[in-house]
Amino acid sequence: MGLLSWLVFTPIVGMIVIMLIGRDQHKLIRNLATFTTACELLLVIAVLAKFDLSQTGMQFAERALWIPQLGVYYHLGLDGISLIMLVTTGLLSFLACVASFGIRERVKEYFALYLLLETGMIGTFVSLDLFLFYIFWEVVLVPMYFLIGIWGGPRKEYAAIKFFLYTLAGSMFMLIGILALYFASTPHTFNMLALGQNQFALHFQQMVFLALFLGFAIKVPIWPFHTWLPDAHVEAPTPISVILAAILLKMGTYGFFRISYPILPQAARWFGPAMGILAVIGIIYGGFVAFAQTDFKKMVAYSSVSHMGFVLLGLAVFTLTGFQGALLQMFTHGLITGALFLLVGVLYDRAHIRDLNSFGGLWVKLPVYGGILIFCSLASLGLPGLAGFVSEFMVLLGSFPVYRWMTAAACVGILLAAAYLLYMIQRVLLGSLNPKWAHLKDISAREIFTLVPLMILILLVGVYPKIVLQYIAPTLEALVKSVGGTLA
Amino acid sequence: MVIRAVLIPILPLLAFVTIVFFGGALKRKSAWVAVGASLASCLLAGFEIANVIGGNTLYANATWLVVNRVPIEFGVLIDPLSAMMLFVVTFVGSLIVIYSTGYMHKDPRYPRFFAYLSLFLFSMLGLVLSTTLVQMYLFWELVGLCSYFLIGFWFEKRSAAQAGRKAFITNRIGDIGFFLGIATFFYATGTVRFVDIQPELAHAYAGSWILPVSALLLFSGAIGKSAQFPLHVWLPDAMEGPTPVSALIHAATMVAAGIYLVARLFPLFHAFEITSQVVAVIGTTTALGAAYFALTQFDIKKVLAYSTISQLGYMVAALGVGGLAAGSFHLMTHAFFKALLFLGAGSVIHGCSDVQDLREMGGLRKSMPITFWTFLVATLAITGFAPLSGFWSKDEILLSAFNHQHLIIFWVLSLTAAMTSFYMFRLLFLAFFGKTRGKFHAHESPVSMTIPLIILAVGSAVIGLPGSPVMDHWFQSFILGGHGEIHHVNSFVVAVSTAMCFLGLLIALIFYIVQPELPKKLAEKSWLFYSASQNKLWFDELYDASFIRGFKSLAGILFRFDERVVDGCVNQVGFKTVALSRVKNWIDQYMIDGLVNFTGWAVRTTSGIVRLLQTGVIHHYLLILLLGVLVILYTVS
Repeated sequence: MGLLSWLVFTPIVGMIVIMLIGRDQHKLIRNLATFTTACELLLVIAVLAKFDLSQTGMQFAERALWIPQLGVYYHLGLDGISLIMLVTTGLLSFLACVASFGIRERVKEYFALYLLLETGMIGTFVSLDLFLFYIFWEVVLVPMYFLIGIWGGPRKEYAAIKFFLYTLAGSMFMLIGILALYFASTPHTFNMLALGQNQFALHFQQMVFLALFLGFAIKVPIWPFHTWLPDAHVEAPTPISVILAAILLKMGTYGFFRISYPILPQAARWFGPAMGILAVIGIIYGGFVAFAQTDFKKMVAYSSVSHMGFVLLGLAVFTLTGFQGALLQMFTHGLITGALFLLVGVLYDRAHIRDLNSFGGLWVKLPVYGGILIFCSLASLGLPGLAGFVSEFMVLLGSFPVYRWMTAAACVGILLAAAYLLYMIQRVLLGSLNPKWAHLKDISAREIFTLVPLMILILLVGVYPKIVLQYIAPTLEALVKSVGGTLA
Repeated sequence: MVIRAVLIPILPLLAFVTIVFFGGALKRKSAWVAVGASLASCLLAGFEIANVIGGNTLYANATWLVVNRVPIEFGVLIDPLSAMMLFVVTFVGSLIVIYSTGYMHKDPRYPRFFAYLSLFLFSMLGLVLSTTLVQMYLFWELVGLCSYFLIGFWFEKRSAAQAGRKAFITNRIGDIGFFLGIATFFYATGTVRFVDIQPELAHAYAGSWILPVSALLLFSGAIGKSAQFPLHVWLPDAMEGPTPVSALIHAATMVAAGIYLVARLFPLFHAFEITSQVVAVIGTTTALGAAYFALTQFDIKKVLAYSTISQLGYMVAALGVGGLAAGSFHLMTHAFFKALLFLGAGSVIHGCSDVQDLREMGGLRKSMPITFWTFLVATLAITGFAPLSGFWSKDEILLSAFNHQHLIIFWVLSLTAAMTSFYMFRLLFLAFFGKTRGKFHAHESPVSMTIPLIILAVGSAVIGLPGSPVMDHWFQSFILGGHGEIHHVNSFVVAVSTAMCFLGLLIALIFYIVQPELPKKLAEKSWLFYSASQNKLWFDELYDASFIRGFKSLAGILFRFDERVVDGCVNQVGFKTVALSRVKNWIDQYMIDGLVNFTGWAVRTTSGIVRLLQTGVIHHYLLILLLGVLVILYTVS
């Protein structure tokens, strides 16, 4: 069994063990789940250490025939694109697991589902067989549905069903696309790498691209398919919001990198301008709507719509710099927004309210929390020296020679980010202290523990982006060549 | 020597990190960490400056990112221009850090203040030493961030928090232009290095619109940072910050970054008619407009803030008319006397129990002698009395405008000089002369504050000499490196500028010493002129009513659109699906299932009837048999 299989199935093992434990042993269950995610993180680090930077192809490949009648293989593999998502998943899953210690109800079910979710996410990012990919993609959906629907807020049922049905509707189109690819290829195959060798007719490519696009666009979410996101985020418990923002959304853009672009390059270029327009609309629209929010969590959710727009913009331009920026943004957005959702949770756990207008002056009372919140907000608004700047900077530099006016419009998104984040900081931390909150306690050691790794990475990537770019550059260079984009 | 140069910004950064992590334990000692770091980097800068004066340029780079196979570098560049900035930032910066130990001594967040100051010094020095546009952009945003923190240092006050946000957002508007300027420049020329920006590079693009556009976009960054029209509105509000911050960031150093940027890109701006004209016009407009606003302000710091905007406009105008040396020279002298004016104002505020309104001051000359005398030196310097520093640098700017045939600009700037002289002496007379009008007991400030005042006063007096004929215009040839022309004193220009400052002094004297009732009467008579100045031509109100309100309502509209239309569609699809399935359910239940049930029912009913026949009694069957036979017989026959 290869390293990647270990990665995929370790959480399942953890889940089975947890299911065998008595339901009252909360502490044991929590520790076991944390241990499992920690092992998972160590495995990710092992992969990272063994990863060959000079190679552009798939590494750690594993392949075994699974369903001979359909030609379905159990086929795993990893390149720079998968690697970066694997790191995000390993790290955030571990941190969100620690952040889940506050869960008090039905602990056993929670952590069992949580580990199943991790398997689904890891599997999605390392599958090289479309059939397998589809299965992992759907595996993610089920635990997520329950995690929102059982441990969520007041409107959890609505949010969970909306999330589930909306995403399922998308994956239905994706399935049609996958089947179309299967039947159009000779010989029939689900192998992503083999499909990439096929030269499909442009018209066929466009149809399939559109079908896959719907599936991915809903997941990202790309404007105007985004409205499930604020509801899901607002209702989901904090750690699940973190996972949702940091990892699940990236499954959508990962789909473009892994499936749509290599297999359907001509269609991808044909749809490029349209995607660029949707991206810019998302960036600006998301920013404006985020500004109008009074719910802290909803504001962060809409900021995700805006920031994920940058990923799409980078994808839409077919330059190496744009692709690098897009992929880097997937990583940095995971770190930054993950941290922001954790911070929203910290405040919510204490005040039991998320209405931005009811806070004020908390910095006096919660100096450490205030400092961390400001740090992460600055990262999110693209302050140079922190991670968000590098990725957005690269996306904009990459898109500028291709779409000048769209880039200029996207810059407005940076201004908007400053507007809504500083407005949030002012309403939460600055001004005079509302006496209602005089009893609040500052952030605890466990909560700091979940944030510090993210902050270190945010700073590190911001100051020295090469630390990440060296892993993704060779893969992306090969991708740009294969889709006929421009390297210069 | 590269390491020594890199240490110049790194030392304050280390101080920042130390105070952030150990500020709680260090408490008041944090100030000494900051003071030590700033003095040490001042010393190191001294070595580097000596090196540059000796004729060497330090230049070192390391690759940060690779974009389009072009390395984007970070490094240090110490040439005459950055050496001048290094001198200003480290020297004035150290003095202000020392001053702050006295000024802030009662503040509960004392360590945090010095952490911010150190972070600012790091960012500003990083900006000064930048080798590429990208590096400068990065530190440019960082100094903006420090400014945001320091303006909102007393964040419990709503107005302070608002002012910080306003500063950050206004600057970001300019910075978007800056960023797009970098992008256009990069894709046109393939470089972002300052050393590559030479006249030859710009001339290669003569007749093309791409470089002028990129230069103007880059200039919009300078408009934001140096508070030029029409983005000047943030700087007066920035006075909400503690006064040492106003002196350091919003007078001497950070706001000069825009000037520094234009000076760095001087070959680019100078290569095109349109760009240099835009720069000159924006600068002149700002100089005049801000001086006009300063005429009627009563908040001591607001007067100085508008004065700063006006003086920055002077520098921008100088660069626009082609006076690279003149603009840089004024940047340096202004840093001294304006820092001194702010620190003096801080001393006044400190001594008058936090009163800032000039109408409540008066007569402070006696109770605060050191503050008064140093303030007087600064006033004479800024208004341009010979032989103090402002005289030489202002004269140099007027001379550039005059010699380059920009006569309108020359006369507008001369008029501005008269206005400057008027509002500065008005401030001086209102604060230090006459009788005390407020109810407080004024006292002189502690030594930690007065010593920096004295040092800066000496500096303000003599720092102009290197650029004067006394030292044979040494500063100009240093900055220009022997490439540009050096203007020699023109007696007409000197006469005009001197006449202007005496004119201003004279009017101020009449208004505020001889006939103190006159200003009020005049204000009533020409109320439009007066209230337009008092209300700064209603720029804030205008922006508020148009951009800010528009922005907020657009955000609200889009949010409702999102909830009702976009999400409405999604929900409608959901609801319609549910409704459709109800209909189908009905059809299913009553039609399809109904048919099935009807069949069953029909069969059952029929068979129920038929069943009645099956009684099991033999004679019933015999009877039916008999009836049947009868029926058959009947039909057959």
